[in-house]
Amino acid sequence: MAAKKKTRPPEKTVPAAPPGNDFRLGEPYAPAPEATDHARIAPAYGLFINGAFVSAASGKRFPTVNPATEATLSEVSEAGPGDVDKAIAAARKAFGPWNRLKASERGKYLFRIARLLQERAREFAVIESMDGGKPIRESRDFDVPQAAAHFFYHGGWADKLAYAFPGRKIAPVGVAGQIIPWNFPLLMAAWKIAPALACGNTVVLKPAESTPLTALKLAELLADAGLPPGVVNIITGAGDTGAALVNHPGIDKIAFTGSTEVGKQIQRAVAATGKRHTLELGGKAAHIIFDDAPVDQAVEGIINGIFFNQGHVCCAGSRLLVQEGVAETIVAKLRRRMENLVLGDPLDKNTDIGAIHSRAQLERIEALVRAGVEEGACIHQSGQTLPAKGYWFRPTIFTETAQSHRINREEIFGPVLSVMTFRTPDEAIEKANNTPYGLSGGVWTDKGAKIFGVTGALRAGVLWANTFNKFDPASPFGGYKESGLGREGGLHGLAAYVNLSR
Amino acid sequence: MARTTPTPPDSPTIDAVGLAERVARFKARSLKAASKVSALKLALSMIDLTTLEGRDTPGKVRQLCRKAVRPDPADPSLPHVAAVCVYPTLVRVAKDALSGTKVRVASVATAFPSGQADLAPRLDEIRYAVAEGADEIDMVISRGKFLCGDHAAVFDEIAACKDACGEAHLKVILETGELHTYDNVRRASDLAMEAGADFIKTSTGKVSPAATPEVTLVMLQAIQDFHARTGRMVGMKPAGGIRDAKTAVTFLVMLRETLGPAWLTPEWFRFGASTLTNDILMQLTKQRTGHYQSARDYTND
Repeated sequence: MAAKKKTRPPEKTVPAAPPGNDFRLGEPYAPAPEATDHARIAPAYGLFINGAFVSAASGKRFPTVNPATEATLSEVSEAGPGDVDKAIAAARKAFGPWNRLKASERGKYLFRIARLLQERAREFAVIESMDGGKPIRESRDFDVPQAAAHFFYHGGWADKLAYAFPGRKIAPVGVAGQIIPWNFPLLMAAWKIAPALACGNTVVLKPAESTPLTALKLAELLADAGLPPGVVNIITGAGDTGAALVNHPGIDKIAFTGSTEVGKQIQRAVAATGKRHTLELGGKAAHIIFDDAPVDQAVEGIINGIFFNQGHVCCAGSRLLVQEGVAETIVAKLRRRMENLVLGDPLDKNTDIGAIHSRAQLERIEALVRAGVEEGACIHQSGQTLPAKGYWFRPTIFTETAQSHRINREEIFGPVLSVMTFRTPDEAIEKANNTPYGLSGGVWTDKGAKIFGVTGALRAGVLWANTFNKFDPASPFGGYKESGLGREGGLHGLAAYVNLSR
Repeated sequence: MARTTPTPPDSPTIDAVGLAERVARFKARSLKAASKVSALKLALSMIDLTTLEGRDTPGKVRQLCRKAVRPDPADPSLPHVAAVCVYPTLVRVAKDALSGTKVRVASVATAFPSGQADLAPRLDEIRYAVAEGADEIDMVISRGKFLCGDHAAVFDEIAACKDACGEAHLKVILETGELHTYDNVRRASDLAMEAGADFIKTSTGKVSPAATPEVTLVMLQAIQDFHARTGRMVGMKPAGGIRDAKTAVTFLVMLRETLGPAWLTPEWFRFGASTLTNDILMQLTKQRTGHYQSARDYTND
């Protein structure tokens, strides 16, 4: 049927709006920044060892900056080998009494930590956004509530481990060294600390050198919760500090989240030492869209899959596989949707895309995007204005890409999506698995049988159907192949912090 | 009019969980200062001020028309609403009361609200309302026929109604509260636009739930796809259940981010509402003076 043509006289009924942001034109949203005056950041922090903040033996400090403004937020101490030694000794001393404490009492500490996190949620969210550059919407609605949820969940397990591992004798592993990345600083600390404590272990945790603040605020909170000294020690520093922790003979386990490269070094270092280890490493997730998918929701899933936390997510859906029949529609809708993402001040409540975490990361993203262009992929970037100061990158998608492009092989860890097409489910599975990584993946289709068929064939540790980037403390998280070893969360995550025997 | 496939074969399915997540993101948008004022004024100018009751009288309609022209006597700078919506027998009264203004007269027709009548009298009702002076016709679809799978009959009735409208604009009410699934809402939206609807509209206001943000988003996305495919713009009218300014602003955010600024005019978007007007006025006063006024400070016609 021919579309009816209608011509209407133009109607001007709306009077001019007052000066400033007009909802109808240009930037529709006036600034709506979250207040920061309640967030207490000390000018300098020591190392949290044996329940108190102490200076590093060397007295060395380094700054931590706000990537959205490049302003220095605070200075933190650089832990040397002697400080690492002290922290591990404190954890060792605390281990016996902590392990002998009635399990339900250990659980109470975890519940108390969870509740304190909820009470101070606003301060933690604001500092997380200032230190790491992520939008306040995410730190407020995701990072902090999820961190609290992990403490609640594991608090519940503390006195029920016999039900988690029925018929087995359960003992804690001992002193756990834990190294966490900069993309979800507080949440990763919670992922690591909560199961360790629930199972009766003590901890030495090293946050990333660029995002130490919420871990140090967590140290204050742990002290306020009355956690016995030495049960959790938090030391700051860069790679050398991490290496000192990994190589120290006094730890029984190392838990690491970060790059595959460092993960391999750690695995070499702990080989034949008897140290247990779990590694959560990189990813290059395939996000598969079939032609019977709910299109508009799939587009939203793709957007959240790649632009969540500026793409600084190991399980980001960075390789989009679209069935040829819907590829044109999906790409057109993605490009439209990208224009509606609000980019800017991470503390603004309307911000969807915050700052890139650091200059180094920005340079890495730019280099890989250049490689994509040089190798012949077709680039589409959204048109947001970038702030003058700080580190920023526009949401970017590549079309006309192939498996052989670097942007499809290497983890970009930024707001960059590459799109490939496929013809049949078998081809989608083959392409999805054609990567050294295997952390996560997603499938969109209206057909339940296809969901089970395809996800069963994907070699990835975390799979989502008709959604993406969903997390729950009860759900184990971890990778196949070069994406890591072991699982965190759920029963599988508990198993990483206990020694089981008959 | 030539008959073609009534249901476009490619109506996509809707995932309810993903839909609700998207709506939650719209609700989280924060509008402040000038941005909020301009959105509130826009919302006011998009209202179809409605009275659809058995007890409606010429007196009631004339008073409503005064409210439509000047919503807040304390602030004559505010825009008038888009239209007054009444039953066909009161169209003439509204038309006279609004002569010389730009407020349009809309009329429900086609055995509103149930649509349970033979097609011939339903078409006659449209012709009567148009002859009385209606600028816009709000028809209801036969939900019974749609739900028993006779989509062709629904397509044909909409196309016939469009013909009967002549120059008047046709808004097609899907009554989403009776269609129940988002897949049905999407299919009915596609059907209505294919058959010639100028506007698609959620509800009669007589069935609950009415214009939920989720249902409205499904329809906006259908409009976007139709526009991408055919180049023809179709208007959207959520009606029923939108009672406060905050909800209305959420709908405008949804409209802007889904269809774009071109739809941000009363020509392409309407609110079917009655109590919404005074809440918008109250919020505008708050923005201007910094204080909330009492409900009694706003006229109640």
